[in-house]
Amino acid sequence: MPETSATSAADTAAPAGQRRSLGTGPGRLLVTLYGVFTVAAASRSLYQLIAQFDLAPMPYILSAVSAVVYGFITFSLVRGGEGARRAAFACCALELLGVLGIGTWTLVEPSAFPDATVWSDYGMGYLFIPVILPVTGLVWLRRSRTA
Amino acid sequence: MIDALTIAVAVTALALAAWCGFATYRDEPTKDWHFIGMAVVSLLGVVQLIVAVVQLARGRSPDQGTAIFVAYLIGAAACIPATGFMSLSERTRWGSATVTAGAVVLAVLEVRLFDIWGGGSA
Repeated sequence: MPETSATSAADTAAPAGQRRSLGTGPGRLLVTLYGVFTVAAASRSLYQLIAQFDLAPMPYILSAVSAVVYGFITFSLVRGGEGARRAAFACCALELLGVLGIGTWTLVEPSAFPDATVWSDYGMGYLFIPVILPVTGLVWLRRSRTA
Repeated sequence: MIDALTIAVAVTALALAAWCGFATYRDEPTKDWHFIGMAVVSLLGVVQLIVAVVQLARGRSPDQGTAIFVAYLIGAAACIPATGFMSLSERTRWGSATVTAGAVVLAVLEVRLFDIWGGGSA
């Protein structure tokens, strides 16, 4: 059993004809990771906005924006349904653009970033999960559409 | 005391991650034994939280700020229980994968806690 399922689980995980739930199966792992990143980005930016806003206002605001995006995707995944799927898809795309854009920006012009954001250097400080997560999310949400 | 606890939590968390990762590989949901493992790691996390709060109350302050330290402590203590409950309602291999992810996150949190506290120095 384990041999066959290792490769085919991703394909069988989205059963046909079921009411679109986005937070079960592999989606459960996504919900968890998005939840963790919501908490991490939100608490980080809250602390930084309150305690040291003057140090690097722009990166801290960007962190807060990423926290909102993460929070919205988490909520959409838990809620499920077609509308939430589309909204989450758009947000995952936005997230990917954000990671790539800010990641490039931090490398090209480090002086604009006195302090790091969650998305600095493509999320290197977070084991590159910020750049892996939206790609996984987009794949999962695309797959769920056909379910 | 707290450094030893931090290391203990990190090591048991990694062991739990490997164990639940193996269950994911075997296409199995989390079983009773996994939940006992989660309970052990969670208990260590709570003990760490209590010991750290006692140390803070005695006037020891973490190198990189008390607020950040307490936030990480709470996050570390909540990590495994939260993912454990997620795996309770997801009785597939993905429940095991969720606990694996939670345990890895916990190990990372412990490394950060070690730094924030100023580990090794006291």
